[in-house]
Amino acid sequence: MNSIYQAAIDHPVSVPIEHRFDPYVDNGGTLLSIAGEDFCVVAADTRQSEGYSINSRYVPKSVKLSDKTVISMGGCYADCLTLTKRIQQSMEWYHHAHGKTMSTAAVAQMLSIMLYQKRFFPFYSWCILGGLDEEGKGAVYTYDPVGSYERESCRCAGSASSLIQPFLDNQIMFKNQETLKKNLPLDHVLRITKDSFTSATERDIYTGDYLEIFVITKNGVEIQKMDLKKD
Amino acid sequence: MDHFPTNWGNPRSEDVDNYNTYPVASHIAKVPHSVTQIAGYGHSNGHPTSHTQQPVVTGTSVLGLKFKGGVMMAADNLASYGSLARFRDVERLHQVTDFTVIGASGDISDFQYVKHLLDSQMIKEYNADDGHTLATHNIYEYLWRVMYNRRSKMNPLWNTFVLGGVHNGENFLGAIDLKGTPYQAPSIATGFGSHLAQPILRKEIESRGGEQNITEEQAIEILKKSMKVLFYRDARSMNKFQLAKITAEGVTISEPMSVETEWSFAEKIRGYGA
Repeated sequence: MNSIYQAAIDHPVSVPIEHRFDPYVDNGGTLLSIAGEDFCVVAADTRQSEGYSINSRYVPKSVKLSDKTVISMGGCYADCLTLTKRIQQSMEWYHHAHGKTMSTAAVAQMLSIMLYQKRFFPFYSWCILGGLDEEGKGAVYTYDPVGSYERESCRCAGSASSLIQPFLDNQIMFKNQETLKKNLPLDHVLRITKDSFTSATERDIYTGDYLEIFVITKNGVEIQKMDLKKD
Repeated sequence: MDHFPTNWGNPRSEDVDNYNTYPVASHIAKVPHSVTQIAGYGHSNGHPTSHTQQPVVTGTSVLGLKFKGGVMMAADNLASYGSLARFRDVERLHQVTDFTVIGASGDISDFQYVKHLLDSQMIKEYNADDGHTLATHNIYEYLWRVMYNRRSKMNPLWNTFVLGGVHNGENFLGAIDLKGTPYQAPSIATGFGSHLAQPILRKEIESRGGEQNITEEQAIEILKKSMKVLFYRDARSMNKFQLAKITAEGVTISEPMSVETEWSFAEKIRGYGA
């Protein structure tokens, strides 16, 4: 027993302590998107946090990119906002070059490429792209911070995602129940969305303040704002 | 002159050139042998440059509050050197345009650099001579990009800036930190202020049903109350501060002022007065 410790005392290992600047910060918040038959809902809370503090109660996480596409991002807000700007700039160039607005699927692929281009210093952002596809059907694309993406019918991301996703799986995808699967109407989806957020606000400290819901239909994008608990 | 006490009493080491003053031929493989060297202070020419910093001369909290006629900000006049209250007449609120004020907490040398950048931008605007002046939100976006790009190069400007201003009847108040995180709110408080002053500011706004119901006199009282709390509880603060007011009429940055503080309770405490 003596020898092991003696060896350590005789040959102390000195490890340099490095104080590094951490470029990332988690600003919290939750977002979700549900695709319907002819509509898409993108919802996100508006609280921006830093550690145990609230920076602001109203910093929108969702941005309308076009009449048929809305993007929502959670994670590091600085990265999310920069990424949003880059997407908007690319969409503007596309419009000048091609004379038309980028389709949702095109934006989806472009975003994946943009994220992967920073594979070795990633954007710390959890993106959900919601909109209408070229056939007018609701589309939701989910991403990881380095660009892996997939089209789904419903997804939530952010700090309370593990609270809401199981609820969505059951109520939107009808998982683990023997009900007849059917297309849900918009008002039903909106009620599920609002209930998801009020429940998440109860238990997740980073979710709350206000909820902004973007509803995308063939008539364009409509924005609803409602209160959430501020504690 | 050797400022590093750990070196006093020892012969000067040729391996370490603290101020990067001359090229040093290194014959031996360089193994870092001190924490200071790794932290970036002990570099001589030939070493990779390390960007990671720590702030040196710093300012503490900056407060911002929207009110009925515009925006008001407060910051004390202290620049600390660690725990030393080194410079006691520093103006941490700076006028940028006729209707915008920037307040800085964090490293003062980085603030001076940003003031230089903003002045350059204003000169470019003046030269453009197109009838436009930069609005507060324009300066905000510019500042945000500067802060974000510096953090993306892992060489941040170690500040949290508060930007307040008025444009076309709209009141603007926002903050940007060293990591490039921007946010806007009816009340802003950086540093210790975010813990001690922000609850006071938010409560005052809420109890009046919104910042549009706060008069100029009330805003002054609210900020003074917050600065008093900060002086009592923030060990790196000073009871000498300025208020900046931005309204449609323009910018006024007040002369330094103080708040009344109550210390007579100390007389009753054993070890202090009793």
